[in-house]
Amino acid sequence: MDARNTHKDSPAVIGAHPGTATGNRALQIEEQLLFEQGEPLRCGVDFPEPPKVTDRLGGLARKSDLGLPGLSEPQVIRHFTRLSQKNYSIDTGLFPLGSCTMKHNPRLNEKLARLPGFGDIHPLQPVSTVQGALELIDKLAHWLKTLTGMPAVAMTPAAGAHGEFCGLLTIRAAHEAKGDARRRVLVPESAHGTNPATAAACGYEVESIPATPRGRVDLAALKAKLGPDVAAIMVTNPNTCGLFEDEVIAIAQAAHDHGAYFYCDGANFNAIVGKVRPADLGIDVMHINLHKTFSTPHGGGGPGAGPVVLTAALAPYAPTPWVVHGPKGFELLESAEGAAKASVGRLKAFHGQMGMFVRALAYMLSHGNDGLKQVAEDAVLNANYLLARLRDVMSPAFGDGPCMHEALFDDKFLDGSGVSTLDFAKALIDEGFHPTTIYFPLVVHGAMLMEPTETESKESLDQFIMALRSLAEKAKAGEAAFFHAAPRLTPRRRLDETAAARKPILRWRPPAPAQAAE
Amino acid sequence: MSETKYTQEHEWIRVEGDVGTVGITDYAQGQLGDVVYVELPAVGKAVKQGGDMAVVESVKAASEVYAPVSGEIVAVNDELTGAPETVNADAAGKGWFVKIKLGDKAQLDKLMDEAAYKTFLAELG
Amino acid sequence: MRYLPLTADDRRAMLGAIGAKTIDDLFVDVPVSARLTKPLDLPPHAGELEVERELSALAGKNLAAGQAKASFVGAGAYRHHVPAAVDHLIQRGEFLTAYTPYQPEISQGTLQMLFEFQSQVALVTGMEVANASMYDGATSAAEAVLMARRTVKREKVVLSAALHPHYRETIETFARYSDGEIVVNTPDPTKDEDLAALIDDRTACVVVQNPDVFGRIRDLAPLARACQAKGALLIAAVTEVVSLGAITPPGEMGADIVVAEGQSIGNGLNFGGPYVGLFATREKYIRQMPGRLAGQTVDADGKRGFVLTLSTREQHIRREKATSNICTNSGLCALAFTIHMALLGSEGLRQLARLNHAKTVQLADKLAALPSVKVLNDSFFNEFTLRLPKAAAPVVETLAAQGILAGVPLSRLYPGEKNLANDLLIAVTETATDAQMDVLVSGLKGAL
Repeated sequence: MDARNTHKDSPAVIGAHPGTATGNRALQIEEQLLFEQGEPLRCGVDFPEPPKVTDRLGGLARKSDLGLPGLSEPQVIRHFTRLSQKNYSIDTGLFPLGSCTMKHNPRLNEKLARLPGFGDIHPLQPVSTVQGALELIDKLAHWLKTLTGMPAVAMTPAAGAHGEFCGLLTIRAAHEAKGDARRRVLVPESAHGTNPATAAACGYEVESIPATPRGRVDLAALKAKLGPDVAAIMVTNPNTCGLFEDEVIAIAQAAHDHGAYFYCDGANFNAIVGKVRPADLGIDVMHINLHKTFSTPHGGGGPGAGPVVLTAALAPYAPTPWVVHGPKGFELLESAEGAAKASVGRLKAFHGQMGMFVRALAYMLSHGNDGLKQVAEDAVLNANYLLARLRDVMSPAFGDGPCMHEALFDDKFLDGSGVSTLDFAKALIDEGFHPTTIYFPLVVHGAMLMEPTETESKESLDQFIMALRSLAEKAKAGEAAFFHAAPRLTPRRRLDETAAARKPILRWRPPAPAQAAE
Repeated sequence: MSETKYTQEHEWIRVEGDVGTVGITDYAQGQLGDVVYVELPAVGKAVKQGGDMAVVESVKAASEVYAPVSGEIVAVNDELTGAPETVNADAAGKGWFVKIKLGDKAQLDKLMDEAAYKTFLAELG
Repeated sequence: MRYLPLTADDRRAMLGAIGAKTIDDLFVDVPVSARLTKPLDLPPHAGELEVERELSALAGKNLAAGQAKASFVGAGAYRHHVPAAVDHLIQRGEFLTAYTPYQPEISQGTLQMLFEFQSQVALVTGMEVANASMYDGATSAAEAVLMARRTVKREKVVLSAALHPHYRETIETFARYSDGEIVVNTPDPTKDEDLAALIDDRTACVVVQNPDVFGRIRDLAPLARACQAKGALLIAAVTEVVSLGAITPPGEMGADIVVAEGQSIGNGLNFGGPYVGLFATREKYIRQMPGRLAGQTVDADGKRGFVLTLSTREQHIRREKATSNICTNSGLCALAFTIHMALLGSEGLRQLARLNHAKTVQLADKLAALPSVKVLNDSFFNEFTLRLPKAAAPVVETLAAQGILAGVPLSRLYPGEKNLANDLLIAVTETATDAQMDVLVSGLKGAL
């Protein structure tokens, strides 16, 4: 029997259906697909009659029906408003996802990104008509270089993973320019999946470096694996366990001694921005997630931006286009010629994620030097506060020192309870919180990684702590069935991911006509 | 009646003549959870003992299935494509993955017999 | 500082609970040599008024398309009217500040929207299945090439010379460190290419654009057959999604993968980003597809719901064996696309496309009346190539100084190709008025 439905609060007892005629539950409203509501001739936009012309479509005018549903504006607004109400978001509440830095997204940034001078300019207008845009990119580049201590930055990558790809491309280009093609890249076991995926995309073999019992990169193991065929090491610092790699300078030195480059995954920059410059740790290249440290909105999955800071040795290989100062003002070097002749080429169309650049620069100007330092301090303070107030009822993975901006727990505290990390996370949902990151990093069993960020008040943290303490006690008290039935209060309960993977349904199709009557 | 041998990576092989039928053990399917997809090699492919042979996917993980012996793939279980759940239901029988024509029968000596595999599992704890 | 809620009292109390004396006690693992002791050379924090003033000044140094006397710039990004409802809806906090829907029970809004998006993309492209978006059209094209190589297990790639150069360059960068040649001809807007002649049994894929970068529309069916005959895949790129409301989609012409730039629907110009890459293919290839996929299923109460699915293709599970390293999609831009497409429906998209094309025909006819220029295209949707009697780039600069954004000189996209130096790409959308077309015509007349 399915254990999920046996608890006294499970739907079998309280009733899966809320008992309303509509199936709605007050503000939680069931909403069909667009395709189930549309009428072919309805339209939510008004167009004037087009001028009468003979078409020049080369005889290839579309004959087939597009099949898109037609809705009026009121219906569209209602549809998407109802959908939005089924989502948790930062605006809703604390979003403690480790490694994601779910901080508040300032609304000033949205306003400024929409100024016509930024939003309504075409990337291929004459450069003389977009000097302000190029100056903004240059200014943001200056902030990124100053904050990291690095002399150069590639601005075009569209996301962190895209930035990792950019960084590894420059590394490979630099080695090959010296006639020294290498085969391997070393990546810690605890690394984010994009690290080995990116290394493989650049044609490298990936080898894993184990972690020490203290959760850091094993320096001795690293040194043993280094050799003349290692192109780079990819290290996240602070690492994915939320800890600062205290031997990072020795790690950098070891890599450099073997002619390898140090790629730093900058996903956790929020912990040290304004307090530490990665250049001072010996890194050669680092991507920065503007949608993490610099508050550009996550938007339900994107868009992001992943500019990459570089040493002088790697700068010549940066992807085009480059924003440079010229005699007539700012210029765009769009081809791999002249100063950019060693560039690895273009990573995407046009010039980069301008919309995210405006938002990130507005964020930086708002915080300033002093504010950014406070960001790192409050982020680290908040995470350590969670660690301190939870360590007696949950099990910190690496509890013998402070953490950085995120606190990592394992599932030891659930031993013998019959409650898994997944079950615990699902129960947290009913308490009004998005779960922590779960089962990452892989080096810890049943990992729960929580990153509150600096934009949470103490009151907010205290409420989160209270909910976690209550759940931890409940689990230890043997109420496993309660957890297995969670979440119970959400628009949808646990979904059948097995069926979704075995028989994928990836688009709407009109239902088959009903069988003819006998 | 041929004997079933086991690898430390939880594959089993049952040899008749010089062709071995290969699958993953019941322990392995339990660890994986619901199997959603199986990626099988092409018939005719050469495999090496311990080398990549197939991939078995659950919702949250994809696991390599290694060849227990070297040889040539002479048949694959096409039914798994439409019914991957067979691996969960009957891992030791209907959930077989491939049949390999063995290159070197002596390689079987490196594998565990049923008793040794049971002990191995008990030690995994 | 307005975004930082902790007070001095809070910090004191929290340090007390932690058992630390100062905040720097928590940074004990940072090597002393790396601890910043002086402030960095950056300005201190600023209020909204000051930040707005500074950034508005920068915005004021740009000539926005809506402020120009006329704007006819295209070449892969197009200025369309986005209905007011779109921007309002995407600014709802539950969309704007939501995360990737890894916890489906509290992400049904995002997941249902992505399922609707995937359905819309499959329909307009004429394909069977689409993913939940990629960074942009160019990276989608690059990922399609990598997917073709994986799927047919061959290396050689044939690129149309009339594929947008940014797409070609992105493909070349993505494929930089993998084996296999990339073949591409010399571009010529006055001639048709014979791509079929370049396909052999080592070819993984052929990549074409329709309408192509010069604006020409072609029937891809013969090329699709030629690819099929040799076991290669046909990848069709569409840089102006509105064209799918007027011309036969690549899916119906036999393409195996369709990639597109979705920016035209729901998303403004934004100086080139963020945009939204569309990626659609046939069902039989779904396990080779990069990017996120939203799938339909049921929950524990038997109610229909949506989840991310087929995740084992992706980096967070397959790591170095993933189909791509991609982690984000273009979520909010995909939402904008979905909302705009919902407002349009079949009828609206058809009307929008008809309006674009009709205005383009009008402008082409007006320009054709000028004695010294020639419209090179025999066919076009909302963009065509105009051959001038002299170099186009300086003409564009002259007109820009007058507040007229005349289009994109081909020399901007093909800097080395001297035979294209006199050619100007002109795009016309529903936002162009008759008066603005006349401004362009007289402006060109004056500049030539």
